[in-house]
Amino acid sequence: MTTHVRSQEEIAARVKALESIMIEKGIMTTEAVDRLAEIYENEVGPQLGAAVVAKAWTDPEFKARLVADATEACAELGIGGLQGEDMVVVENTDDVHNVIACTLCSCYPWPVLGLPPNWYKQPEYRSRIVREPRTVLRDDFGLAIDDSVEIRVWDSSSEMRYWVLPQRPAGTDGLDEEALAGLVTRDSMIGTGRPRRP
Amino acid sequence: MNGVHDLGGTDGLGPVPIEENEPVWHAEWEKAAFAMFATSFRAGLFGVDQFRYGIEQMHPAAYLLSPYYEHWLHTVEHYGTAKGVIDPDELDRRTEHFLANPDEPLPRTSDPELLAFVDAAVEHGAPAKRPSDRGPSFAVGDQVRVNDDSPRGHTRKARYVRGKVGTVVMAHGTFIYPDSAGNGGDDDPQHVYTVRFTNEELWGPEAAEPNGSVYFDVWEPYIRPAPRGATA
Repeated sequence: MTTHVRSQEEIAARVKALESIMIEKGIMTTEAVDRLAEIYENEVGPQLGAAVVAKAWTDPEFKARLVADATEACAELGIGGLQGEDMVVVENTDDVHNVIACTLCSCYPWPVLGLPPNWYKQPEYRSRIVREPRTVLRDDFGLAIDDSVEIRVWDSSSEMRYWVLPQRPAGTDGLDEEALAGLVTRDSMIGTGRPRRP
Repeated sequence: MNGVHDLGGTDGLGPVPIEENEPVWHAEWEKAAFAMFATSFRAGLFGVDQFRYGIEQMHPAAYLLSPYYEHWLHTVEHYGTAKGVIDPDELDRRTEHFLANPDEPLPRTSDPELLAFVDAAVEHGAPAKRPSDRGPSFAVGDQVRVNDDSPRGHTRKARYVRGKVGTVVMAHGTFIYPDSAGNGGDDDPQHVYTVRFTNEELWGPEAAEPNGSVYFDVWEPYIRPAPRGATA
């Protein structure tokens, strides 16, 4: 068995070498790299999913549309696109807690959550979340789910992109949509956390 | 293929490595490796299923130990070389050069059409839904068993669901079939269903955590009818 695990310096040099060839071939530009980096750093991220969740918490008709067809409902807000062409929202209730994963690679609903955190793509989460989700949520994420609550793990094996509609926290009756959106965390839409308390 | 990428149910990998306040990019090179997905797709080097299969062909040890975006580097290299866009010797020479001169900048380049493509791709995506004349063979509520074979090449039929019995809970319509497109074949659209498997069915009554289930998407050729009450 021969394999070599490259250092960060070796990877950086190889990517730069490949990029320089691609640039000469007209396949990519430094401008396109900057633009894509900028989009997922500043434009497309979990703040978009949070806005959708906050709207669902305050507008029952929107929530019904979101749960019926997440792609269409998000499009109403101008949200959608790459790696979220076909989205499904799964709703947490008093009886069901949902959590998303991709055991085969790294599928994740980019238009609402942005690019996934490293742990979502790494072997530890992908191997264990389908086998012992209750343990992973409790021990790794500090999220204790009562035994009476069913845990549903959504393994994103096709091009359907699942994400979680968390439960609205208690004590938020007076909050408007914007304030509510501020409580919605990335992890609460993955299912590895809960929204913040006001 | 029965690859190491197929991680569901693998034991012994340890705690989830959670990084607080994680940045989107951990190194400058990640931005370029990320951008290569969209630009190489546009250049016709691969579709998303082939992209995944390229990653799956990494050496298993390297797959498990390398940083995530190196997987992307690997598959771009794989198809770039196969399509004759990348000369591997030239790539090695330039790699040596940039190892010796890590701070040497690349020439700043611009292409308005590529930029427009990038923005459009992010906004509209690349839907995998494809029309088909084929009607669905299964409906919500049906009991199905996942075929327990080990196909060569790319498949999304994870090992931990093979041979297992579950219930169809959603029917999504017809999509590109990865077992064809990922292996260089045509789209061959097939119906996609979400199947619910109980923890007990997947892991056995002793190892299974109570009160839980896994929802896994299958393409129609992955499954066959199972009698009501059947288990693995």
